[in-house]
Amino acid sequence: MSDLPERGSAVRRVAGTGLPLPGDDVDTDQIVPARFLKEVTFDEMGEYVFYDERRDEDGELGDHPFDRPAYRGARILVVGENFGCGSSREHAPQALLRWGIRGIVGVSFAEIFADNCSSLGVPTVTADRETVDDLRAFVADDPDAGVEIDVTRERVVYDGREVSVGIDESARAALIDGQWDTTSMMRANLDRVAETAARLPYVDEGDGSGAGTNTSGGDQ
Amino acid sequence: MSEGTLYDKVWDRHTVTELPDGRDQLFVGLHLMHEVTSPQAFGMLRERGIEVAFPERTVATTDHIVPTASAERDRPLADGQAETMLSELERNVSEAGIRFFGLGDDRQGITHVVAPEQGLTRPGMTVACGDSHTSTHGALGAVGVGIGTSQIRDVLATGCIAAEKQSVRRIEVTGELDDWVSAKDVIVTIIRQLGVDGGVGHVYEYGGPAIRALDIEGRLALCNMSIEGGARAGYVQPDETTYDYLRGRPFAPEGEAFAAAREEWEAIRSEPDATYDDVVEIDADQISPLVTWGTNPAQAVGVDEPVPEPADLPEGEREAAREAQAHTGATPGEPMAGTPVDVVFLGTCTNGRVSDFRRAAAVLEGRGPDETDAVGGDVDADAVGQIADGVRGLAVPGSETVRQELEAAGVDETFRAAGFEWREAGCSMCLAMNGDELVGDELCVSASNRNYVGRQGSTDARTVLASPATAAASAVRGEIADPRVVTETADAQGGEQ
Repeated sequence: MSDLPERGSAVRRVAGTGLPLPGDDVDTDQIVPARFLKEVTFDEMGEYVFYDERRDEDGELGDHPFDRPAYRGARILVVGENFGCGSSREHAPQALLRWGIRGIVGVSFAEIFADNCSSLGVPTVTADRETVDDLRAFVADDPDAGVEIDVTRERVVYDGREVSVGIDESARAALIDGQWDTTSMMRANLDRVAETAARLPYVDEGDGSGAGTNTSGGDQ
Repeated sequence: MSEGTLYDKVWDRHTVTELPDGRDQLFVGLHLMHEVTSPQAFGMLRERGIEVAFPERTVATTDHIVPTASAERDRPLADGQAETMLSELERNVSEAGIRFFGLGDDRQGITHVVAPEQGLTRPGMTVACGDSHTSTHGALGAVGVGIGTSQIRDVLATGCIAAEKQSVRRIEVTGELDDWVSAKDVIVTIIRQLGVDGGVGHVYEYGGPAIRALDIEGRLALCNMSIEGGARAGYVQPDETTYDYLRGRPFAPEGEAFAAAREEWEAIRSEPDATYDDVVEIDADQISPLVTWGTNPAQAVGVDEPVPEPADLPEGEREAAREAQAHTGATPGEPMAGTPVDVVFLGTCTNGRVSDFRRAAAVLEGRGPDETDAVGGDVDADAVGQIADGVRGLAVPGSETVRQELEAAGVDETFRAAGFEWREAGCSMCLAMNGDELVGDELCVSASNRNYVGRQGSTDARTVLASPATAAASAVRGEIADPRVVTETADAQGGEQ
């Protein structure tokens, strides 16, 4: 997909139509079943989002929210509690992203999942259950209506109103500054990393113990 | 905010700097890698022309997609996708100069089994791996966190992750575990009590007499399932048990270096007056062998206790409980004991270690829990309890090292005599990526960690999580069974069942 969030770009607001997903404790095995993890790139993951849950015994697509025509093209996913629990597989947020999701509103998120979303420039924001249920009902009633996550102002805007939502402070800062891809930012500190490593008692203990000596790989 | 805990100390000594977004840049002392979540990270590095910064701090093995049947481990693997994935890993580690315990290496196995047993995981380290069960390494007083692939890219490129410090919850487990009650039953009790999301935002520090009494393999099982309780990391303070375990391991320091390291390890322990954000107490005396009745690990009950009525549960849990029971077929008001079983699966990063198989073998041999040292050897095959008719048993050691040790002691013979398929190391049926999977609506008593719908390969299949002892007891009876009852009966019959 051509419009994946671009590295270094600020994510201050994401907007589009919504997709309400029922249930709590939705695990990443549901979001992308393990057998699709045998691909060595994320390119096709959008095809596998909720793969099993969307299909009946004969493999036919049914009435899952991800298949309802009304929610086609949705950008904002609305979920319950502890969304993304279980396996750390980044395939799960990659699949949602590549399907078209650009932001998620939920009661709560599993930590690794939320971290993975942040790494991809996808905001995950939280609100109490009543607010989330209200938003889900609103989207279900009017799937064409716009829903916006305003990351800067920590608001979700829909139905002509604004509700306050929670977002992890550092995730928010990273998104609005366009620094959600942390590799180059941390790589700039490599000298200090080496200093920190050298201070650790277990690094280069000089006794051949630990993973400290790499016998086969040179000194890259 | 916590203060003076092991977590605080480990965090401080690994912090490189504070990042502009407020997170800390945290050095990763041990980065573990496997074939499934790493190829994309190497792809990203190549795209950006970045080389691996600290190849000597990464150790790789292969576990998720490898076949466990000996005959299927020849290359190229029959599954083309698996072969491609493994080849990618081999190419990546070779180019980057990363230590690799590959297929055919005596040390190959599940990352979270291999690193502790090789002495790679040590107290006071930060451990990261693209696998949520990295919490396991906390058993040795390390802080282990599961990470996604973009974070693997970060570790490869910088030796670090961007991370936010969590709150520390002390979980004090008082009392003493009963016969046949295992570390697995303790952690499932904790998850049951605090919920599958109870640990979000927290690191769990496990302590108290019942934890101190656990051996390292028990602590590994305990810390392993921290993530099922929502806690990204969980740890146990290093102590004599830890040092005894580490002494003599291939990568552990030796001689004077060991003595020096031991002082460091002592110093990393939480201070007696450490401040915790939260303290929870659990009474080990009240814990019995547990089994799950639902589709998440908190939906568990004593094997001989009635499955709860959804209506009796807190309101927020009722609907999920109804759906879960509709899936598993568990009957409210009835115990899980007695439910017919199709498959019994032993292994995984939770329960795939030597002591886990020894406990299961003791049940098969009709021995008591204090006789696990006596299993195997020249056991009379006729005296080994047989897997019930129609039940398929799969015994998959967590590493090749585990397999070799068990085979050297003849413990594999007990499993073979009982009718188990004795396999080679891998993740196997825990997540069914390698062809070991359930079919249709089979019910599997599994010594693994997740009973999510579809986890073991069939969306209609049912996973009942249990300890190795409970799983073995269930294999013999052909129905979910209490290891206390099965071994008592065996006693009464002079070891024959």
